[in-house]
Amino acid sequence: MNDRVRSARRVLADRVTLAHGGGGKAMRDLIEDVFTSVFQPPGNEDQARLTHAALAEPGAQLAFTTDSFVVSPMEFPGGDIGTIAVCGTVNDLAVGGAWPLWLSAAFIIEEGVEIATLRRIAASMQTAAEAAGVRIVTGDTKVVGKGSGDGVFVTTSGVGVIPAGRSLRADAVRPGDVAIVNGVLGDHGAAILAARGDMALTTDITSDCQPLNHLIEAVIVAAPGVRAARDATRGGLASALNEIAEAAGVGIEIVEAELPLRTEVKGVCEILGLDPLYLANEGTLVLFVPPDQASSALAAMQATEAGRGARIIGRATEAHPRRVVMKTVFGGGRIVDMLVGEQLPRIC
Amino acid sequence: MRYAEEFRDPVAAKGVLAAIARVADQIGASGEKPVHIMEICGGHTHAIFRYGLDKLTPPGIEFIHGPGCPVCVLPMRRIDECVEIAERPGVIMTTFGDAMRVPGQRKSLLQAKADGADIRIVYSPLDALELARRHPEREVVFFGLGFETTTPSTALTILQAAADGLGNFSIFCNHITLPPPIKALLDDPHMVLDGFVGPGHVSMVIGTRPYDFIARDYGKPIVVAGFEPLDLLQSVLMVLEQIRDGRAEVENQYARVVPDDGNPVSIAACAKVYEPRPSFEWRGLGEIDASGLRIRTEYAAFDAEVKFGVGYGKGHRAVAEPEGCRCGEVMTGRIKPPACPQFGKGCTPEMPLGALMVSSEGACAAYYQYGGLRLEETA
Repeated sequence: MNDRVRSARRVLADRVTLAHGGGGKAMRDLIEDVFTSVFQPPGNEDQARLTHAALAEPGAQLAFTTDSFVVSPMEFPGGDIGTIAVCGTVNDLAVGGAWPLWLSAAFIIEEGVEIATLRRIAASMQTAAEAAGVRIVTGDTKVVGKGSGDGVFVTTSGVGVIPAGRSLRADAVRPGDVAIVNGVLGDHGAAILAARGDMALTTDITSDCQPLNHLIEAVIVAAPGVRAARDATRGGLASALNEIAEAAGVGIEIVEAELPLRTEVKGVCEILGLDPLYLANEGTLVLFVPPDQASSALAAMQATEAGRGARIIGRATEAHPRRVVMKTVFGGGRIVDMLVGEQLPRIC
Repeated sequence: MRYAEEFRDPVAAKGVLAAIARVADQIGASGEKPVHIMEICGGHTHAIFRYGLDKLTPPGIEFIHGPGCPVCVLPMRRIDECVEIAERPGVIMTTFGDAMRVPGQRKSLLQAKADGADIRIVYSPLDALELARRHPEREVVFFGLGFETTTPSTALTILQAAADGLGNFSIFCNHITLPPPIKALLDDPHMVLDGFVGPGHVSMVIGTRPYDFIARDYGKPIVVAGFEPLDLLQSVLMVLEQIRDGRAEVENQYARVVPDDGNPVSIAACAKVYEPRPSFEWRGLGEIDASGLRIRTEYAAFDAEVKFGVGYGKGHRAVAEPEGCRCGEVMTGRIKPPACPQFGKGCTPEMPLGALMVSSEGACAAYYQYGGLRLEETA
């Protein structure tokens, strides 16, 4: 600990240079000052050493996942690339029913990035990790020349454990199961779009990025029969629902009038011709519960910070297997297909 | 969201739909003998499918999806020429995003970008102009395309570039005008049409008078329409009422946005910068007289065709459409998209073969995305 106190503010440069990736003293200073002093991993080596005692978490299965983050701009209303790098991987673990425990964080940094930016990203990661109750235990940095990257790219991997008897699987969804979302849709995608500045849009929309593991735990306690959960990230709610319909071989019907959408997000979508069902989220999930447990699952979600805006939006059906259909406000029905191509560049 | 949701009111829609069914009965329209109404504009095609209007209206009404999707009617040859310019050393090609995936004979702009061409998506030609100011050592080209809706902004950009005396900025001009293809469709002996729903945004610029010939010379009703579902339903009702009353008129349902005389400032800017080409090729429709615009000689310094020696100046070279592609027949209403043997097989929105699958405003893409199932199945 004393070492770390002494190492504080060893990097005095304003910007990252290739020397920070050279493997020498500058690199060690960058890692220790900017990252490990914030994350405080157990030990100062590349490798995390997890003792048997630490591994003896109560659980029946290990869960392991990885994700890379390249969002542009790196900082946006409601978060930054660090926030989503932690939340994204935590949520990947949590929707599989795991308790997230440890993360790794690897950074590809373009020469010229401000050290102050890196410090803000590291602080956001630690804040998100604390909110989720996980530790960032190992990591890596590489510096690439100007033009070979775009700011900072972050890759996080995460390890968690799945308690015995627990199974959240997309293919477990059955006709009649109720679909619930935890809150408003599309805020992250709309916030990124506005923050890019290309559209000269001024909005108050902030990204929804947040860890969802506590919410999922609360739901599992209240509704132990919960079948499946999916975080609606890239490709939005439409893609999450299509994945579930495909895996379970069921149809899914959602009701447009029940979708929680902010007026500002609807407005942005109207102006730009986007569909909010395809906008990315970083703290929004959809889960499926048997009908008799729907109201207790809903109440449990609404009692958590991340689930206050929870709503029932539809159900799984026997009709039209592998298809997601939306009853429109207008009284018609339409297919909600997977996203084709990209609605927006580099959203996560 | 005021000013949008009023036009999506399901209760009001029921009233209009009942009126449509009544008038359709009065004129004897039925599933066997339907009234054919063409919505000219791709935005209308998209809205019809998005809100399921084709299924909410009685079977006696058949929508024919018109040529008003600018990306869809862009011929392969022009994509090839655009790629050719983009691949020249020193060039930055700028384009609206929806043109990126349009297949060319050799490659799309997306493929050309992956192969190393500097191609950037912009949201306005003024962004391209700004890029030219920031990169005086590069030649910045804007891929100008679209109907009267986008034509004025390109014209104003050229006037701005001329005022600034910029030497490294030009336009690859593919702007087209809507009345000539409508005339070509009306002259097509295979075409069976009883009336039109006219484009809203194009008319905001050119007004409603350029459609007079449709009513006067061809005796067909046309109603210029807005883009919300109630706008479209009301316009269909107005077309049906004209048919019932034996009238053929140009009516304006979208008067809250479209003045009968259009936008004189835009019209003047376009007249200053462009002149009609003798003819221009439309994908699926072929060459149509005076349907495209080129940049006047006064502004030749900003004309990429002149600067790079490509395009119509170089002589005609037709490019055959891909084998089995029946976009032309879909566009003239002879077949519905699923009747094309390539639909959903060799041609999908991920890997479009024909133009109508490329843009979400194309009839095939709209069918593919929204239309693959009947409403009863969703009950």
